[in-house]
Amino acid sequence: MLAYVLRRLLHTIPIVLVGSFVTFVMVSASGDPLGDLKAKQPPVSQAILDAEAHRMRLDQPLLERYWRWLTGILSGDWGPSVKRIDIGAEIWPRLLVSARLVTLAVLLALVLALVIGVVSAVKRYSAVDYAFTAVGFLLLSMPAFWLAVLLKQQAIELNQATGTTLVYTVGEASIPPPPGLWPTVLDVLGHVVLPTIVLAMTSFAPWSRFVRSSMIEVQQSDYVRLARAKGIKRRTVLVRHALRTALVPLTTVVALDLAVLFSGAVITETVFQWRGMGSFLLSSVRDKDIYAVMAWLLLVSLIVVVFNLIADLLYAVLDRRIRLG
Amino acid sequence: MAETVQTPLAPDVDGEAPVATPRWRLVVRRFLRHRLATISLVVFVLLVLLAFVGGELWHYRYDVYTPDNSQPPSAEHPFGTDATGYDLLAQVLRGTQRSIEIALFVAAVSGVFGSVWGAVAGFHGGKVDTLMMRVADLVLIFPAIAVAAVLANNVGASSQGWLLIGLVLAALTWPYVARLVRGVVLSLREREFIAAARTFGAGSWRIIFRHVLPNAMGTVIVAVTIIVAVAILAETALSFIGFGVRPPDTSLGLLVSQNQTAVSTRPWLFYFPGLFIVVIALSINFIGDGLRDAFDNTRSRSRR
Repeated sequence: MLAYVLRRLLHTIPIVLVGSFVTFVMVSASGDPLGDLKAKQPPVSQAILDAEAHRMRLDQPLLERYWRWLTGILSGDWGPSVKRIDIGAEIWPRLLVSARLVTLAVLLALVLALVIGVVSAVKRYSAVDYAFTAVGFLLLSMPAFWLAVLLKQQAIELNQATGTTLVYTVGEASIPPPPGLWPTVLDVLGHVVLPTIVLAMTSFAPWSRFVRSSMIEVQQSDYVRLARAKGIKRRTVLVRHALRTALVPLTTVVALDLAVLFSGAVITETVFQWRGMGSFLLSSVRDKDIYAVMAWLLLVSLIVVVFNLIADLLYAVLDRRIRLG
Repeated sequence: MAETVQTPLAPDVDGEAPVATPRWRLVVRRFLRHRLATISLVVFVLLVLLAFVGGELWHYRYDVYTPDNSQPPSAEHPFGTDATGYDLLAQVLRGTQRSIEIALFVAAVSGVFGSVWGAVAGFHGGKVDTLMMRVADLVLIFPAIAVAAVLANNVGASSQGWLLIGLVLAALTWPYVARLVRGVVLSLREREFIAAARTFGAGSWRIIFRHVLPNAMGTVIVAVTIIVAVAILAETALSFIGFGVRPPDTSLGLLVSQNQTAVSTRPWLFYFPGLFIVVIALSINFIGDGLRDAFDNTRSRSRR
């Protein structure tokens, strides 16, 4: 087992390195970080431009810049920013904010996917199944930003109608936060409800279809039929045997969709005006803040890679049929 | 609980013969039996006609002001007008045109590239396969919206900008096609007719293009259809955050973005473009579902 983990880790490192190099070249080529400065009126003196180019390491060849960036990160230096922000200090709190949203959304989406998937597998080709299928297709075709604006508007009207603030529609938390631990938690939860619903709603549909089809498949397998034949209750067989087997490949599906979820989080956070990874990415891209964009891509892709690794390992642990050769 | 394959469409028993050409007539017949898919195909064709023909015939232009500001829907302006006097129907039709153009372009490019990539990887197997699929997986670990924003940042408002957005989205979606096609090719390459072709001295490329890919056509077509829906949503999302189609041109995502603040005061501005996106994506998804059933005589309707 340990050897397997180590080997998987070793296989992952070259992927991360190649990926980081390709994105570094891509982001570097995507625009001139000094573009805004050069376009200033009245023009900025050449000396200032040169100094800024030097600060942004633009006077070095690409390979050397990449090397400095990579080795810098290992020692906690994320590189210079066009806006002169400390990228590391800026990005971590934002990552926490976005991770909160993605985690809650994944949990909600998993619950939805499991409930809907199991119910439609058990009652397949019934009205319930068809209704869930229809809703699934509708959500699959629903742009997250549209659903987000729609829900936001409903929430605003609800708040107006009740004269209170049941759910918040702007930001990830109140500024300043309410005093006390409990009010702060409630405040954060009140802010996170709508974005979580949007993100979960627009991601769970493929998962529930997956649960449905693997449940149907498992139900027809011999060992489930044997368990039924032995007189074990249907519900017990469903949960103990069928669902457990169906869950294993689902972890891989979810992990693979993690990058898609981060894409959805960028959109959702934009609508709800969060100070999370979404706005950090978009403003950094607009400002051609190369190292800020690189920090974003590196962190998010590392998260995706790590969770895929965990999913693979879980797969190996949960499904005894897989030999770790 | 002893049901076997329960598809509303009776499974036809002809699947195993290694036919070089897909059974087109059978496929069409099966597709037409999927009622929602057939309706969706009609809806989609009508939408395309409406956007590309209707948009040219409609007496308002998407980029010319009308004297009416912030009009609710009326006979004169069926979708109403915005605060600056643009006719929303003209804008929605133009946006639909752009969104569909981009999505079809994305599907074509990523369909061709992805299926060749997947076929070559699956056909050769071994180290080539591992390496090629690693590259495909590499693309998938990055959130598409981030990479697309970076790549499309320099597009600007040029008239050819939509082509570049299409290329960017194709570069991010081809691995999905490649994975699906590779899966099919892995089993195809073990079949006798491939061995037969090899015995006759056919080279790898010839086998891939003449024998493997034609037999994987069903998978390719289904994958490409799904990519159309994915691309519609991706393009509108990209335009929504300001990195896709830009003014003075317009797209459905851009219209939703521009009008999101009007949702309470002039709701028509927000609802019509959004509904168009949903209807387009929904019809394509149903078409994809119908095609999947039509090409597939072993798997049940339930799989996705």
